[in-house]
Amino acid sequence: MRVGDVIAEQTFGLSRDSLVRYAGASGDFNPIHYRDDVALSVGLPGVLAHGMLTMGLAVQPVVDWLGDRGWVSDYQVRFTRPVLVHAADGATVTVIAKVGVVEEGAARIDLTVMFGGETVLGKAQVRVTFA
Amino acid sequence: MFAPAPAYLVGREKVREFARAVHSTSPLHYDPAVASAAGYSDVVAPPTFAVVVQEATLAQLLAEPDAGIDFSRVVHGEQRFSYTRPIVAGDELTATLAVTSIKSLGGHSMVTAESSIVDASGAHVVTAISTLVVRGEE
Repeated sequence: MRVGDVIAEQTFGLSRDSLVRYAGASGDFNPIHYRDDVALSVGLPGVLAHGMLTMGLAVQPVVDWLGDRGWVSDYQVRFTRPVLVHAADGATVTVIAKVGVVEEGAARIDLTVMFGGETVLGKAQVRVTFA
Repeated sequence: MFAPAPAYLVGREKVREFARAVHSTSPLHYDPAVASAAGYSDVVAPPTFAVVVQEATLAQLLAEPDAGIDFSRVVHGEQRFSYTRPIVAGDELTATLAVTSIKSLGGHSMVTAESSIVDASGAHVVTAISTLVVRGEE
């Protein structure tokens, strides 16, 4: 494992159903994630994915790559752009996970998370600790 | 500092439900036998699961009348989870919220809330840090 290695790349398809499912699983029922009228009334262009859903799925390629060799000990992101989820067409989010830092028994994996040709998470860093 | 939120018992089915919701495929989140072979006492929660436990503390913050935060104007700015160990099903977790920073920026407010989450023995499991942006009136 060397700095710069791409360890995983994955594409996720999100629909409005995904948002409702995430709302239920997480307990975050902010209506901007399922009601266009509420989203528009607060100046948003439409229904957005929960930032936490994007954060949650973006780390999964790292979890799969890691398997039982270790665990995620730190994970941080900035939510820089919204992921608009169209009622009919949904949204496609792409994740590229690259080795940022290698340490004794640990590593930092940097995520590039894209929607509509732009990054939606900033400083998305996962620290993995090897068992 | 707020009072600790009521204890949260992590259920196996809740872990599975959350794992499905974040499009996870790792068997560590679903299969107790796989988790056990990896040295865990039950299924392992996905890395962002702590948000479910943190939610109760953020609800305390949003319900605080002095804070005057309009839920529909809240946008999530940043999030971080710093773990001492992974969360597993069966954990009884207690979260305590502290507001660590409040800033104003061009009509918006940025509130940083830190929830420290401990297990039934009082040992630290994870700290969840959220920065919320409260958008000003247009």
